[in-house]
Amino acid sequence: MTFTTHTGNRGLVIEEQLIFEQGQPGRTGVDLPEPTGTKSRLGGLDRESDVGLPGLSEPQVVRHFTRLSQKNYGIDAGFFPLGSCTMKHNPRLNEKVARLPGLADLHPMQPESTVQGALELIDQCAHWLLVLTGMPAVAMSPAAGAQGELCGMMAIRAALDARGENRRRVLVPESAHGTNPATAAACGFTVDSIPATEDGRVDLAAFEAKLGDDVAGIMLTNPNTCGLFERDVRKIADLVHEAGGYFYCDGANFNAIVGRVRPADLGIDAMHINLHKTFSTPHGGGGPGSGPVVFSDALAPFAPIPYVVKKGDGFHLVETADEDDGMKPFGRLKGFHGQMGMFIRALSYMKSHGADGLRQASGDAVLNANYLLARLKDKLSVAFPGYCMHEALFDDSFLKDTGVSTLDLAKAIIDEGFHPMTMYFPLVVHGALLIEPTETETKESIDQFCDAILALVAKAESGDAEFFKNAPYLTPRRRLDETAAARKPVLRWKPETA
Amino acid sequence: MRYLPLTRADRAAMLDTIGASSVDELYSDVPDGALLDAPVDLPSHLGEMQVERDMQALAAKNMGASSVPSFLGAGAYRHHVPATVDYVIQRGEFLTAYTPYQPEIAQGTLQYLFEFQTQVASITGMDVANASMWDGATSCAEAVLMACRATRRKKAVLSGGLHPHYREVTETYCQYSDTEVAGRDGHPEHQATAEELNDLIDDQTACVVVQYPDVFGRIQDHTQLAEICHAKGALLVVVFTEAVAFGAVKSPGSFGADIVCGEGQSIGNALNYGGPYVGLFATTQKLVRQMPGRLCGETVDQDGKRGFVLTLSTREQHIRREKATSNICTNSGLCSLAFTVHMSLLGEDGYRRLATLNHENACKAADAIDAVDGASVVNDSFFNEFTVKLTKPAAEVVEALVAKGVLAGVPLSRLYPNRSDLDNYLLVAVTETNTDEDIAALASALKEALA
Repeated sequence: MTFTTHTGNRGLVIEEQLIFEQGQPGRTGVDLPEPTGTKSRLGGLDRESDVGLPGLSEPQVVRHFTRLSQKNYGIDAGFFPLGSCTMKHNPRLNEKVARLPGLADLHPMQPESTVQGALELIDQCAHWLLVLTGMPAVAMSPAAGAQGELCGMMAIRAALDARGENRRRVLVPESAHGTNPATAAACGFTVDSIPATEDGRVDLAAFEAKLGDDVAGIMLTNPNTCGLFERDVRKIADLVHEAGGYFYCDGANFNAIVGRVRPADLGIDAMHINLHKTFSTPHGGGGPGSGPVVFSDALAPFAPIPYVVKKGDGFHLVETADEDDGMKPFGRLKGFHGQMGMFIRALSYMKSHGADGLRQASGDAVLNANYLLARLKDKLSVAFPGYCMHEALFDDSFLKDTGVSTLDLAKAIIDEGFHPMTMYFPLVVHGALLIEPTETETKESIDQFCDAILALVAKAESGDAEFFKNAPYLTPRRRLDETAAARKPVLRWKPETA
Repeated sequence: MRYLPLTRADRAAMLDTIGASSVDELYSDVPDGALLDAPVDLPSHLGEMQVERDMQALAAKNMGASSVPSFLGAGAYRHHVPATVDYVIQRGEFLTAYTPYQPEIAQGTLQYLFEFQTQVASITGMDVANASMWDGATSCAEAVLMACRATRRKKAVLSGGLHPHYREVTETYCQYSDTEVAGRDGHPEHQATAEELNDLIDDQTACVVVQYPDVFGRIQDHTQLAEICHAKGALLVVVFTEAVAFGAVKSPGSFGADIVCGEGQSIGNALNYGGPYVGLFATTQKLVRQMPGRLCGETVDQDGKRGFVLTLSTREQHIRREKATSNICTNSGLCSLAFTVHMSLLGEDGYRRLATLNHENACKAADAIDAVDGASVVNDSFFNEFTVKLTKPAAEVVEALVAKGVLAGVPLSRLYPNRSDLDNYLLVAVTETNTDEDIAALASALKEALA
């Protein structure tokens, strides 16, 4: 039964105005002491005009953000198989320890003697990453995966400069994430795209043909964005090294192989690790992330400042490029020392799992993905044959002649109570559906999801395209007009002009 | 393991459905010899209690900034964060959400991003703001790159008052894109005038970058500099490290700034030993399509109801790849939520009062320090941070004060390790969290150390 309510609210789904539409002059959500009226020393630049912020009381603010939260889907709410994003359970223990006053309440410029525990924590986190990757060095400061890529590619630029070589071409598979070509370009490289084979891997012959003395290196994701392990990865490493280039590995999918394969054994020179994927620091609606980069001996000297070193009985933070330690840092990527809050959470996660649990986690992630693949492969069109790693990729040929697109199917999945899979990525597959269940899902939840997908596919095949075109029906908002949003951007609230 | 739900029976049943004999078989694409057959050399799993104990042991080796009188700033500021902020950001619907790619089930994130953008634009006095960057320093670097795109020029002039980390990050970002970075080193007792910066601007200059208040704490009117920049076809970028300041001082937008960017940590976010923080980034309507990062925009849904989406994504890496305005992807979502919640609690009155209290406390501390023999405040103007000239090297004094249980400030030698002429200068920040007793403790400890 559908009807319109007086308020526009629908039970628990409550319409919520912007804070700017709720404020009243004279209201506030904080009780601060009365200023004493000291004469200001602001250089004559005292603010005279209003800022334009609304006044709300604390209960209003709590209610506002609680209502907003209820319009969001998170891992805590349900199955979130967003391929390549690794939406696994975020343990609350990690939140708790990240808030210990002795860790959260540290100023980044405190004297070294007062932050020995913090430096030790960074060193411990680094140690776990080094053992898990088998690599000799790690730069902890990059803020997120994309900045990790920047870190790795800048180290390659610096190493080439040190060799006096002007190599500027970077080979990037066409299945790569958009940050790879964007990063290469930001480091002054040109991007040369490598095609994929019919089984979803790098075309080795095409790759070999593109090598030359102007090639700086390759940026390869492994396991790749199709959810597949690059079988020829060692051959690729050897070839790029023989040609005088470096091997940058995008480690976004490290979660599939943690504790089972060490990237060092594959011949890589640099790899970023998304702590917010593999080591479960929360995605937080789009960050913060953290993207430490492990380096081979060839690139290690060029790692950016700052970095932590052991010194005597304690730890020392190297903040300048001039310390006489044989290092030739390419620069600094971030203010202060990196995403400490994320190191704490990641270390807590790694300690909780241990070497045994991390190995189990990657195995279960791959098992869950292959189980999902097995359950769906007869009805959906599998993009590439064989076992997958931590995510299963399908193309949209199973929807051919139904009038239903990948997008339509995803929107119908929302009504079933799931977050949709990743759509239309990687670009090498038509209408891609990339599904990553992660190791923290039960068999039951994967079964429920597969049952729902199969029911929807049957519905699509029965010719009910119109149903899909208009999905979702049961969400706080239905399909939004993205074209209108881009054509005439409204990016902030403004008061009504009389 | 408590996070892994599969049972032995589950695994067997699933392998059976797959048609594989073991999990190792699923890894059959891994080259020979690269597949490990045992766990790596790291400790085994631990229960919650043991992990917590380990982390507490590490925490116990640090001196928490709030456990003693503390006066550190230089780009990160200790402010009181209301309890509501942490409650909201720990709600799982925010904490465990992804970037809002499915707007129908992400209106919560999208609406607060729209509110965040409005708040940032309001305090900076600009038309529009994006949905956050990684931190203040990377925002500064991105602003320079944006100015180069917008003007099709390849040189940036950085003022000596810019935080050295911001300068280093900008130089790092520019070094491989043929962008020249110019500008003189700063000094706490000499402030570059608009005329001096004018001499560095040529027909290849994309932008001039100033910090307001600057790294030494000074507050300068940049209206004339904006005019000079615009007359020469360059943009004025105003950087800030203390977002509370705009509650007390004129907004950079009022000077005619083209890009205003900086650090948002001090509103809603803990010190966290330097990160994660939240970069704020605002500009004019005219330049919006040159902006880096995510933008949230208003639209309507199929039923005509107001809603929000990520928009103008044709600037971004997932669409434009090597032609994108930036490689940024994940930003600082949850830190921007903390900012939004704190700012919502403050409101107009709270924000301005907070700024006034910071300034008044800083004035009190400046007077107390000035009264100490061997210490003198060099600033004519400041907001909540100022530079003090000492008769001894500041790093030594800071160490001596640690022994007395006071975190006195940041020695400029920490920020400028190669500038021996700055060894005797100390940067002192004072916020609403500092009590009169804190200030008295600092003054008396300084007196002893300098005697």
